[in-house]
Amino acid sequence: MSATASVPSATAQPRGRTRRNTELMLLLLGLVIIMGFYAAADIALTKQVTSSVFTLPLLLAIPFLAAHVAVRAWAPYADPVLLPAAALLTGMGVVFLRRLDLVPDPYNGIDEPELTTAAGRIDFPLFAGQGIRQYFYVLGALVLFGLVLALLKDHRILSRYAYTLGLAGLVLVALPAILPASISEVNGSKLWIRLGAFSIQPSEFAKLLLLCFFSYYLVRKREVLSLEGRRIFGMVFPRGRDLIPVLVVWGAAILILVFERDLGTSLMYFGLFVSMLYIATQRTSWILIGLSLFAGAAVLAHTLFSNLQLRVMIWSDPWPYAENESYQLVQGLLGMGTGGLFGAGPGQGQPEKVPYASSDFIIAGFGEEIGLVGLTAMLLVYLVIIARGLKVGLTVRDAFGKLLAAGAAFTMGLQVFVIVGGVTKLIPLTGLTTPFLSYGGSSLVANWIVIALLIRISDTSRRPPPPGVTAPGTGGGPAKPDRLDHAPTEVIKL
Amino acid sequence: MNAPMRHVLMVSIGLFVLLIGNLTWLQFFQNDFYTNHPRNTRTRIAEYSSQRGAILADREAIATSVATDGELKYLRTYANGPLYANLTGYKSLDYGASGIEAAENEILAGTDDRLFVNRLTDIFSGKEQSGGNVILSVNPKVQEAMAKGINGKKGAAVAFDPQTGAILGQYSSPSYDPNPLASHDTTEVTAKITEYKDTPGNPMLDHAAQDFYPPGSTFKVVVSAALLEMGGYTADTMVPAGNSYTPPQTSHVIKNSNNQCPEAELPLKEALARSCNTTFARLCVDKIGANQLKETAAKFGFGETYTTPLNVIASKTGEMPDPPTLAQSCIGQNEVAATPFEMAMVSATIANGGARMEPHLIKELQAPDQTTLERTTASKLNQSISSSTATELQKMMFEVVNGANGTGKKAQIQGVTVGGKTGTAEHGPGVPEHGWFTGYAMGSDGKPAIAVAVFLDSPGEGGSSEATRIAGEVMKAQLGK
Repeated sequence: MSATASVPSATAQPRGRTRRNTELMLLLLGLVIIMGFYAAADIALTKQVTSSVFTLPLLLAIPFLAAHVAVRAWAPYADPVLLPAAALLTGMGVVFLRRLDLVPDPYNGIDEPELTTAAGRIDFPLFAGQGIRQYFYVLGALVLFGLVLALLKDHRILSRYAYTLGLAGLVLVALPAILPASISEVNGSKLWIRLGAFSIQPSEFAKLLLLCFFSYYLVRKREVLSLEGRRIFGMVFPRGRDLIPVLVVWGAAILILVFERDLGTSLMYFGLFVSMLYIATQRTSWILIGLSLFAGAAVLAHTLFSNLQLRVMIWSDPWPYAENESYQLVQGLLGMGTGGLFGAGPGQGQPEKVPYASSDFIIAGFGEEIGLVGLTAMLLVYLVIIARGLKVGLTVRDAFGKLLAAGAAFTMGLQVFVIVGGVTKLIPLTGLTTPFLSYGGSSLVANWIVIALLIRISDTSRRPPPPGVTAPGTGGGPAKPDRLDHAPTEVIKL
Repeated sequence: MNAPMRHVLMVSIGLFVLLIGNLTWLQFFQNDFYTNHPRNTRTRIAEYSSQRGAILADREAIATSVATDGELKYLRTYANGPLYANLTGYKSLDYGASGIEAAENEILAGTDDRLFVNRLTDIFSGKEQSGGNVILSVNPKVQEAMAKGINGKKGAAVAFDPQTGAILGQYSSPSYDPNPLASHDTTEVTAKITEYKDTPGNPMLDHAAQDFYPPGSTFKVVVSAALLEMGGYTADTMVPAGNSYTPPQTSHVIKNSNNQCPEAELPLKEALARSCNTTFARLCVDKIGANQLKETAAKFGFGETYTTPLNVIASKTGEMPDPPTLAQSCIGQNEVAATPFEMAMVSATIANGGARMEPHLIKELQAPDQTTLERTTASKLNQSISSSTATELQKMMFEVVNGANGTGKKAQIQGVTVGGKTGTAEHGPGVPEHGWFTGYAMGSDGKPAIAVAVFLDSPGEGGSSEATRIAGEVMKAQLGK
């Protein structure tokens, strides 16, 4: 890495170009895609064209366009792709859930004969079912999105509260494990806090809080963690005592695994920390250490926990257990496999045949109806969000912002990989939500806060310096260290 | 920190490449595996979620889909299942479909391109989509007369409208009931299909069109046609007879079944009426020859397959390389083999003045709203024989049914011009012979009303007489007598 390469590429953008109109165009394009999908699904299921075809997509336009206005007002220089990409996925999720509402769910134990005919489906009220509930979660998520942009004028403010956030994160992680199973257990995983009709998945928020804490902590410690160490086989390994933080996080991840019985979440936290450690220190040895620790824990967990053995067993060959243990996986595979290259068409598959079609297995439902082509496009939208998030990390100047953006983006990528890989039998299945798509408020709100943070950081990185301040890299001196930043400025390494 | 971030981007891209690669394997390369996997109920649920069109024999619905409460919303039901099984075929969950159910699946399922506008308007008018109807040209009375006549024994019968080629009846016995095969209970279907396949007489094979048999003396009609086409002969021309004939190059003597042709010479029509083997074997060897016979047979449709749209296998004459085989072939033995379908075609063509009409089973295809999509129009395949030959053959076949010594008297119908030819065919030493009749009846307008062939598999003594009687009943059914 050279000195010039580390200079933010803000200068590459013409001064003052906000690219908000690009964002609006992309957003409208996304809304058209959502409307097209839903119209096709609704017509296929009700066999006629009614005004209901347009109601939900038009309702969805409201929060997304409001979010666009919020970005114009509070983060005018932000990346123009993040909001439309997240909105497209979120909207597709809502209309897909609505589409699932229009057919009987064979697993909810409710007899819904009216939903077996096209005529009955027409009469299904708009304000019923998971689709509209998810819509309200979207409203909530986008209100928080707006609040983050409005109130958090600079992401570096977060680093002031790093320890508070970290502690809160730990509490949230631990809470479901401590709470009695009656409150916290759903489908064998203790990941929830249920209060009456309301339930939240604290791990989704804990992930965010810990992200902030790790970013701050690693920025403070990165010099120690990256410069000290012993060289073994051409690779610099950290000193024993510098291993303590990673061991602590590893231990915490194992505790999550033991007490909350969820491999996916445990893997998420650990992956999050190791990747950030690597980004902060640029030391490959951390990845090696991380992978071996994870492998060790996984082997150990596999021998200790029967539910993990089961997951590996049905992953290696699901067919002998197709009626019982691997029923869900097999139904998902059959759905996606039947979908083929172009899918059955919106509303023309039977995604409801897969248990948890609205949450963990929503991607299987999409695969059945929009096929390989549609699903690949969807994965590429995720990849765009992740790549844009990492680009935000590359362009922002302060180390805290870099780590926060890169960590958030990679975590989302890892989560998509773990759940989609699980559903498609690439890796053993673990219960994780599919960002933006899955039914559920916690995941939706948390992921939209991530988008808000990325937009906030990208606005900072692309914002032209105020008049009178010489832009870095345009002939002036080196950028002035920002007083808000507790972290040392970028260490230029060769 | 930028270099590791780029590495993380590379890793992320790598992870997504893995996901997409795995999806490509799953959705593209394994598409067939999953689509046809026995655990996959998606394809069939989609197929059974809308009402499949009906199959009708004239105005009588013989295959319909009725609503059920199950996950598969419609059950295919065959009214009078065994009577029409060889025509409707069956539509099953795991064993595919046969007959019209398979041949006209796109119309019945509503996926045919011609129904595209219907599907579109259904979407906008809010109607549940259903398939189109297939109306067969079959006259239920004719079909019933065939079944009643054959009465569960091994055999088959086919009837045409000679003027149009429309199939009025096509029955195969023993038959099977397609209803259990349409069951939604797959174990029942498997048990039933195994049972049918193990049943002697192979009920799932259409013996009228999917199998051929030595036609015996009915083939003499084709031999006569070949002779008349050569010129110089009429129904009244005197031809050699006698009760024995030894063709060249063999010591095998050809005889008549009851020594019924002792005269040295007989008029051609009388030789046919009495079914003199000696006459036709000698005429073939001395006058007609293998090439002329093959040519005439080919013009009648031997060697030709039909698609009605059900498949009809090709009948054959064999090679007939020398006088002994030629002599045997000319009395419908040796390698000559014909489907009952083809033998009915021969009579239909003769009754229709030599014009062979394209055989068809489907009268009309309808959209779900019962408007006509397509009506089959009569089309001529070829002029098999000249009209004068046809006229002479009609005289000869009339003599078979009405002459004093005729073998086909049982096909007589009061006040109706009926012609035909009986046949008894050996098909192996010690095995009872096949019984045949092929013939036609003229309508009150003097035009041909029906041509029919009845085949009885190995009934032995009296078989051709029974076949003749059944053919008479079938013709009566069409004429309303």
